[in-house]
Amino acid sequence: MTAYAINTENLSRNFGPIVALENLSIQVPVGSVFGFLGPNGAGKTTTMRLLLGLLSPTGGTAQVLGHDIHQEAGNIRTQCGALLEHNGIYERLSAENNLEFYGRIWRIPAADRSARIKELLTNLGLWDRRKEPVGKWSRGMKQKLAMARALFHRPKLLFLDEPTAGLDPAAAARLRDDLEKLVEFEGVTVFLNTHNLAEAERLCQQIGIIRAGKLVGYGSPSDLRTRAGKPQLVITGTDFSDEVITEIGSRPGVVSVDRNNKRLIIHLEEVIDTAPLISLLVGAGAQVEEVTKSQSSLEEVFLTLISEEQDKVEPFDDK
Amino acid sequence: MISDITTIIWKESREFISMRPGLRGGWTGLLIILAVFGILIPLQSGIDWLSASTTVLMWAWLPFILVNSVVADSFAGERERHTLETLLASRLSDKAILVGKICSAIVYGWGITLIGILVALVTVNISNWSGKFLFFPPLIGLAILFLSFLVAWLAAGLGVMVSLRASSVRQAQQTLSVAFLVLFIPLLLLPLLPEEYRGTVQGALIGIDIQMGIITAIIVLVILDLILLGMVFQRFKRDHLILARD
Repeated sequence: MTAYAINTENLSRNFGPIVALENLSIQVPVGSVFGFLGPNGAGKTTTMRLLLGLLSPTGGTAQVLGHDIHQEAGNIRTQCGALLEHNGIYERLSAENNLEFYGRIWRIPAADRSARIKELLTNLGLWDRRKEPVGKWSRGMKQKLAMARALFHRPKLLFLDEPTAGLDPAAAARLRDDLEKLVEFEGVTVFLNTHNLAEAERLCQQIGIIRAGKLVGYGSPSDLRTRAGKPQLVITGTDFSDEVITEIGSRPGVVSVDRNNKRLIIHLEEVIDTAPLISLLVGAGAQVEEVTKSQSSLEEVFLTLISEEQDKVEPFDDK
Repeated sequence: MISDITTIIWKESREFISMRPGLRGGWTGLLIILAVFGILIPLQSGIDWLSASTTVLMWAWLPFILVNSVVADSFAGERERHTLETLLASRLSDKAILVGKICSAIVYGWGITLIGILVALVTVNISNWSGKFLFFPPLIGLAILFLSFLVAWLAAGLGVMVSLRASSVRQAQQTLSVAFLVLFIPLLLLPLLPEEYRGTVQGALIGIDIQMGIITAIIVLVILDLILLGMVFQRFKRDHLILARD
């Protein structure tokens, strides 16, 4: 078994003259969560389809669980679970029959199928409504059922496209907890397409940021923050005069200063000794309550990386 | 492969049933078809119904309508309801999905036709009971069995081709209705022809050796069915399906 659940090298896909994915090279270690971030039409769905062998690449190579996506797509799909852009639930059928169908597809013996259906539906709080046609359910309940279906056959690799979309905050938090447990205790690898940066920051050991088919950022969340984000100093207090703010803004290593109610945010070029800045503020009569040094958030990193590429290429809508 | 096909048939059968929840949901239509073809027409025709060549035509025509009513929902519907991509992301092969869906539509259309034939036989026997069970002459019986099956297959093949190109179930059903009219309208128009033309056509039809006619029809249908099957196998590929309009 390879150390990487997913290993792509210059993976590319064109649709006629349109480049949907260009030279994607990533390695996703077994038993980790990889977050794939990008705006709509960036190529996330195309990537997922390529990795599941639903589309053929026009260039490059990729191995998923050690199988070539072009030659052994059937083997890949056998070992993977997927919750795609649309939940794929049969709304005329009951929850029980939806899971029964996929249990049969995965060739799970009848007795194990029944036990697994009961286990999953009970865990998700859906057991009492198992006989109802799913079409009558809320979006969140359908999403939970789709998650149960993706996990039904205990896959080694899980492809999730916006799994918490439509879930209430409590259900989304529970799902994130379940995913963490799945990775920690069962060694499942997760490939997660998401717009939810907080979710990515919490769950993912590695993140890829894609824009117009190109990977513009790749690494652990802290790596990305270090590489793409700038440090900042957040000072909470009162009596920040315009003169002292101008003075701080002109100091070496300070990029800009923002005032927001009782907070002063000083954006720095790099990590510098900030004690003289605090002394300057206090000396000018500012009342300082709290000082915090921080890195940029993943959201800021994401926006920085995306905006750098913003004007270069128009996005391709792969949906 | 066989177990995958039966899995698809299992799912499709449940979807067919759930398409028609209760009497008002569509079972009424099915019961009317069975009442007309299985009771009313055999009662009116009497014992002649068993040996009439129109009986063959009638039972060969019925599965076309029945298969048409489900095949668009099975193929275009799966895409319209956004369940196709998840199904394609499973371990099932393209062939298993395709064959399973075609078999489901044929089993439905041909199965109901066979039930109708049984009901009709019972009706004829009850209304003309002579102490022994009346059955079709062997040639007519075999022709009904083979032709109804081959027409169900033809309808399924056409249904798949149309559904793969249609953007919605509704569009697929409309196109299939037109195909139905094109194929069967000559039969419906026959009684409306001026008498001299009608006489000529009827004379030509009567002149046909029934046995030869049936064999020719079977051969033509087998060829058409095989061509269509080849075409749908060619088109039903994951790449095509994923990139088709959704």
